[in-house]
Amino acid sequence: MIWVNAVIQGLLLGGLFALFACGLSLLFGVLGIINLAHGDLAVLGAYVAVALLPSVHTNVLWALLFVPPLFAVFGYVSQRTVMGRSMRSGPLTTLLVTFGLSVVIQNALLEGFSADSHSFTLGALTTRSLHPASDISLSWLRMGILVVAVLVLVVVQLFLSRTGIGRQIRALADDDEAAAITGVNTRHVAAIAAAVAFATVALAGLAFGTYAQFSPTSGSNLLIFAFEAVIIGGLGSLWGTLAGGCVLGLAQTIGAQIDPTFGVLAGHLVFLAVLAVRPNGLMPATVEA
Amino acid sequence: MSVPLLSAKGLTVRHGQLTALHGIDLDLAPGEVFAVVGANGAGKSTLLRTLAGLHPPGGRIRLEDVDITGLSPHERVRRGLVMVPEGRRLFRSLSVAENILLGTVCGRRGGWDLDRVLELFPWMRDRRRERVDHLSGGEQQQVAIGRALVANPRVLLLDEISLGLAPVVVRQIYRTLPTLLEGDTSILLVEQDVRQALRAASRFQCLLEGRTTLAGRPGDHTAEEVEAAYFGFAGTATA
Ligand SMILES: Nc1ncnc2c1ncn2[C@@H]1O[C@H](COP(=O)(O)OP(=O)(O)OP(=O)(O)O)[C@@H](O)[C@H]1O
Ligand SMILES: [Mg+2]
Repeated sequence: MIWVNAVIQGLLLGGLFALFACGLSLLFGVLGIINLAHGDLAVLGAYVAVALLPSVHTNVLWALLFVPPLFAVFGYVSQRTVMGRSMRSGPLTTLLVTFGLSVVIQNALLEGFSADSHSFTLGALTTRSLHPASDISLSWLRMGILVVAVLVLVVVQLFLSRTGIGRQIRALADDDEAAAITGVNTRHVAAIAAAVAFATVALAGLAFGTYAQFSPTSGSNLLIFAFEAVIIGGLGSLWGTLAGGCVLGLAQTIGAQIDPTFGVLAGHLVFLAVLAVRPNGLMPATVEA
Repeated sequence: MSVPLLSAKGLTVRHGQLTALHGIDLDLAPGEVFAVVGANGAGKSTLLRTLAGLHPPGGRIRLEDVDITGLSPHERVRRGLVMVPEGRRLFRSLSVAENILLGTVCGRRGGWDLDRVLELFPWMRDRRRERVDHLSGGEQQQVAIGRALVANPRVLLLDEISLGLAPVVVRQIYRTLPTLLEGDTSILLVEQDVRQALRAASRFQCLLEGRTTLAGRPGDHTAEEVEAAYFGFAGTATA
């Protein structure tokens, strides 16, 4: 039964990873940006909630209403300014800019909030869980996060495949020059993609804050997990990202069940194994209509 | 000529060290088919891409009486300047119909829409939901043309639409040109095949290494003159 529980916890954790990976995958797939600040943006999202919620350790659900929209604006503006401008001088510049952003966020958070770690509590929701059998616990909170993750992926997928702007985003991902001469306002559309990516990463940051303690430097690990989920799943496919998140989550919880210190390493090993056997990931696909 | 629909003055474009266009002038009258010919590397695509807004030029580009030199590509599409680029450049992750519909994003309103394109190219009707990479080269070219048409262009820039296609397909596509011309659409076309281009066009301009070597009406010049301008034989100075 402990193993069954490890599998369940792994799948639940996978939802969180998929939520993290969604924005990373989108930015890379559409704009070719490898966003090294992705993890730090998530942590920043959590800290924005810490700063803005009047009494920090009460209810983070309110933060869901304003942090993701705030990040969407942040994403739009930074793509129209710093990121967009850096893209015109080449991918290396963009990589350096996101690295710089990562450093700036970490240091600003250290300055503003010290190195202490925080976490969100949701009152009773944090601890309440179902126990369908001994040794199996289904936390309501974690199930909720999985549901949110799946919903976000479904909505983003529908947005890309069914809406006019989504069509323009896919065209931009295929061939930006052709998109421009076809009439796509490429800078605006790129910025919308960045807005969506930033909103999802903020959501992921908030979810993470209810899962675990976070501190200003937590972002680096999150970035690695998000990368692993994206690459295990296969680039360009949001369903692959969900699968990738779940595989990574499973590897970590099952690994931790074998030996508590082995969890994260087990995730890395599975990542390397997938990379060796299926370098394109488990479900490689372009975003389909 | 009446007021030109599109006019370029002194277009100069550099690709790094290389100057691809040296002060090209060009005027396009409403409703005419104009051909730009020249050997490989003469600068034809650079000229069309510059008109479409992909290269910032020295010189001026005007569409009717508006200076569009500084406008971005989608703003030119909005004003009716639309290009079918060299190599088709379709969107691989979009279906046939989605590729065409993308042309309406910024395009003008007018007689052309998806339905009319499906009438023009009836094979598309049953295959509109397919991905474009399954299509043959000629079919892809027709999708690229449809994508440009639904923007209801006033000026249509066609860059080697016959490239890599069977002659019979090329003839078929050229046969559709008059249909496109309804409603005052002007066409600026680039072709490798000079004879094909000159048959379709009422006026032409020949480029060589980024300079105009000959311009006029197809009937006004002998085949030798055109050939000399095309390849840069001695004839150009004395002509
Ligand atoms: N993006 C670019 N960077 C550098 N050089 C370029 C670029 N695009 C074109 N050139 C150069 O500019 C010159 C003109 O190229 P262009 O594509 O306009 O020729 P073209 O007349 O269309 O030739 P073709 O008939 O082969 O299509 C060529 O020497 C080409 O190598
Ligand atoms: Mg060319």
